[in-house]
Order: sequence, then C-alpha cells, then structure tokens
Amino acid sequence: MLEITDLVHSYGSHRVLDGVSIRAAEGELVCVVGPSGCGKSTLLRSVAGLIRPTGGRVLIDGQPVERIPDNLAVVFQDYSRSLYPWMTAANNVALPLRRRGLDRRRRRDAAMAALDQVGLADAAEKYPWEMSGGMQQRVSIARALAYRPSLLLMDEPFGSVDAQTREDLEDLVLRVCAHHGMTTLLITHDIDESVYVGDRVIVLTRSPARVAADLPVDLGESRDQIATRQLDAFVRLRAEVGRLVRGGSPTPTVLEKH
Amino acid sequence: MNVIRAVGRLWLVPVTLVAWEIATRAAGQPFFPPPSATLARMGEMWLSGPPAHLLLTEQAMSDFGPSLARLFAGWALAAVLGVAAGVAIGCSPRLSGYLDPLIHLGRAVPPPLLVPFFLALLKLGTPAQLATIVFGIIWPILLNTIDGARTVDRQHLETARIFGFSTAQRLTRVIVPAAMPKIFAGLRLALSLALILLIVAEIFAGSGGLGYRLLSAQRTYLYADMWGCLVVLGLLGYLLNSAFLLLERRVLAWHRSARQTT
Repeated sequence: MLEITDLVHSYGSHRVLDGVSIRAAEGELVCVVGPSGCGKSTLLRSVAGLIRPTGGRVLIDGQPVERIPDNLAVVFQDYSRSLYPWMTAANNVALPLRRRGLDRRRRRDAAMAALDQVGLADAAEKYPWEMSGGMQQRVSIARALAYRPSLLLMDEPFGSVDAQTREDLEDLVLRVCAHHGMTTLLITHDIDESVYVGDRVIVLTRSPARVAADLPVDLGESRDQIATRQLDAFVRLRAEVGRLVRGGSPTPTVLEKH
Repeated sequence: MNVIRAVGRLWLVPVTLVAWEIATRAAGQPFFPPPSATLARMGEMWLSGPPAHLLLTEQAMSDFGPSLARLFAGWALAAVLGVAAGVAIGCSPRLSGYLDPLIHLGRAVPPPLLVPFFLALLKLGTPAQLATIVFGIIWPILLNTIDGARTVDRQHLETARIFGFSTAQRLTRVIVPAAMPKIFAGLRLALSLALILLIVAEIFAGSGGLGYRLLSAQRTYLYADMWGCLVVLGLLGYLLNSAFLLLERRVLAWHRSARQTT
C-alpha cells in the first residue's frame, strides 16, 4: 500500500534522510521511532508531498507521490495550530469534505459521525479554544477520519498532551484505525508508545536517518494499557527498541529483519 | 457597579465644561463662545425640526447626510480595495517584491496634497472627495492586510494543502480569517482617518457637508456655528470608534478568547 524506497533528503549540504525504505501493507499501523532531530518529520513531510525529497521514491497504492495525494490525511503534533480557531469543531471537521463532493447536509452528518467516534458528539459547536488539548487533538483525529483517507499520517500526535490523555488517545487511535482498516504511519520519539500502538516498529538511526531495524510487534490485536505493558513480549521489545534508538546494535533473538 | 465606575471615569467632562464656560464668559471674546451658547446654537441648527423627522432640521439633513454618505462610501471602497489587493500581495512574494516600493512611496505622500490633483482629474464634488478619502485611508488597510496574509501560520496553510482546499476555500476560510485581527486594526485606523480626510475634502473640493459648513461659518464670523461643527465632529469620531469596537468584539470573539487561553 505504502512503499518508500531509498528516500534521501538534504537541506543544502546537510543530509537528513539517507536512503530510508519502509513498506506498509493495507491496514497496517506502522510506528516510526527515532532519536529527536533524526529526520522523522522530514520523512513524514516527504510522504505527504509537502516537500519534494532530494532522491528516492514514495508510492501510495502504486502511485508515485508528486503532489499532495487526495487519499491522505495528516494529524499534526501541534493541534492548536492545526485546527482553525475561527471555526467550531464541527466546521473544522466538515470543511475538507467539500473535496469529497458532499453537499452541506451530508458534510455535516459525516462530521457529526466522526466527532461521535472520538467521543465528542457534545462538543460539535465548541470552538477549539474552548477545549482542552486532548479534546482538540480528538477533533483533529475526527477531521482525518471523516476525510476517509486510505493513508493516515500522524506526526507525534500525542506529544503535547498529559500522560492520562495520551493513553486515552492511544487507545482511540488503535480503535478507529482498526475499525476503518486505515493504513497508518505514526511517527513518535516515545519508545513505549511505538511498541504499544504499532503492528510494526521501524527504528531510525541518528541523523542522517537510515532504518536501523524493522521489528514486528507480536502482541495481538487487542491491547490494554495495563495488561499489555506487563507482558514479557512487550517488555523485551521495548528494551530492544530502546537499545536501538540509543544507537545499539540489534539483538539476534528479537530481530527479524525483513 | 459598572455605572459607578463609568461615572467615576467621566467626572472630568462636566468639570472641564464648567471651567470652559467660566473662562469664556470671563474673557468675553467673540472667537471663543461659551459652551452653553455653542450647544444652544447646535440645537437651533440641527435639532429644532419637526418631530416627524426626529427633530432633525433641513440643515441637519444637508450637513450630515452627504458627509456621512461620503464617509461610509469612502471607507467601504477603501476596505474592499485594500483587503482584496492586500490579500493578493500578501500571498504572492513576487507581487509584493514589485509593489512594496510603490506602496511605501504612495503611503508617504500626505493625502491632502493630492486634492488639487484629484480636482484636476475628476469632477469637483463627490468624485474628487471620494478619491481623496480612499487614497488617504487605504494604506493602513492595505499594509495590515498584506502583513496578515503574509504571516498566516504555516501549519494552517499546510493543513489546507493536505486536505486539498480550493483556492477560494483557502482564501475565504483560512487566509482572510487568519488575517482578520490585523485587517480590523487597519479598518479602525482608516475609519478615524476617513473623518479627517472627509473634512479636508469638503473644505477644498466641495459644497455641502460638515466641512463646508465649518468653513463657511468661519468665513462669515459665525463662531458659535463653527464651534458647533467642531463639537459634532468630535462626537461623531467618538461614536464611530465605539460602534466599530462593538463590531470588532463580535467578529473577533475567537481571537480574543484564543489569545487568553494559549
């Protein structure tokens, strides 16, 4: 579904991405984790078509990304700058749906349904500044859901909320991505989160970024904030990802390089 | 509570009036009539008409009507032109590269100096007056809109790109609303400038209206009439500004609240 091949990007003479290749199958939730400043956001922006990479290829459903694809949505880290403060939650969610050729009433219905899915049916008429950070990020997720993309990109989506909200949002993303069968690329610097949320974890090296490891997460479909994190498999995998992020070399027993 | 505070702030007004009354009576100069005489003359000139016309006299109609019409027409015209051009220039670095020097040159010309130019170019009366007002007040609107459109948050624009907004959607739903706080600041400045330029234009390029009344009263030694015009212009400016602030508070409610919470 998503094929990133040998992606290279440089800002001037400063190389950020150094031949990154990632594949994601239909409906898969792939977490990309790496040390801060390693080029994760550049990777996401290249996939979204916001910047043109210096080299390499990105294919979505076999189509090369040249301009911004119309079957892709992004949830940014900074919800307060991503939602439009002059519009209510419902209007923020409904606005992109014009592109889907829906009339006003259907846009409204779709927005309400998406808000309902993220548990904000009551907050449809609220403005972003009347909501907490977690609620705003939910609206942002609802906007992406209502848009019905085949690929969802998330750039540190839980980076700016408190721990409790973060866990709620992680479970929300797991639920809605599974429900819609959306292919999702989630970028994070949080090792724990990448293992908890992902079907697969891709670890990037320090800048310039290369893929250090591609680890399958064998924790089953349903996850639980307490029980999953206590599983041996979770603890081992988390330790392995942590080692790799710090620049360590892969442990043969855990690593299955694809 | 609010009433008490308002009274507390306003006490200086009657005190000033009384002091002025005493001073002008003591001086006995014809150039400085006492406020009571000015007020009486104002009532006579403008508010002694039939009740069916809300007491407004014919003269009030011919003084205020054309002046207010010119003021609002000029302001609205400048707003439309300034916002449209400002958004275009603010969104296009190339256009702003070409036009920035011209804009700063145009802004630096004192607008009253252009009255003779507009008089030569256009007809005496409303066309030349409107041109003077529009040319004089468009700059704060234009510059603020350019600034507002140029400094839209990058992520707001990227969100619009990701979700494939049409050009019209990007302009009306993202760029103009984001620039609105700055546009409103420009509009408010322009409104107070419009009043000044209205009077300038009416003094130099017209017949009828408050500016013309002011000039002819001064020339015919009707000093209470002249002072009446000055007072009413001050009141007009104050009222316009207050009305505009009310409007701004409604339209930009999101902006004030968003700034308070973040």
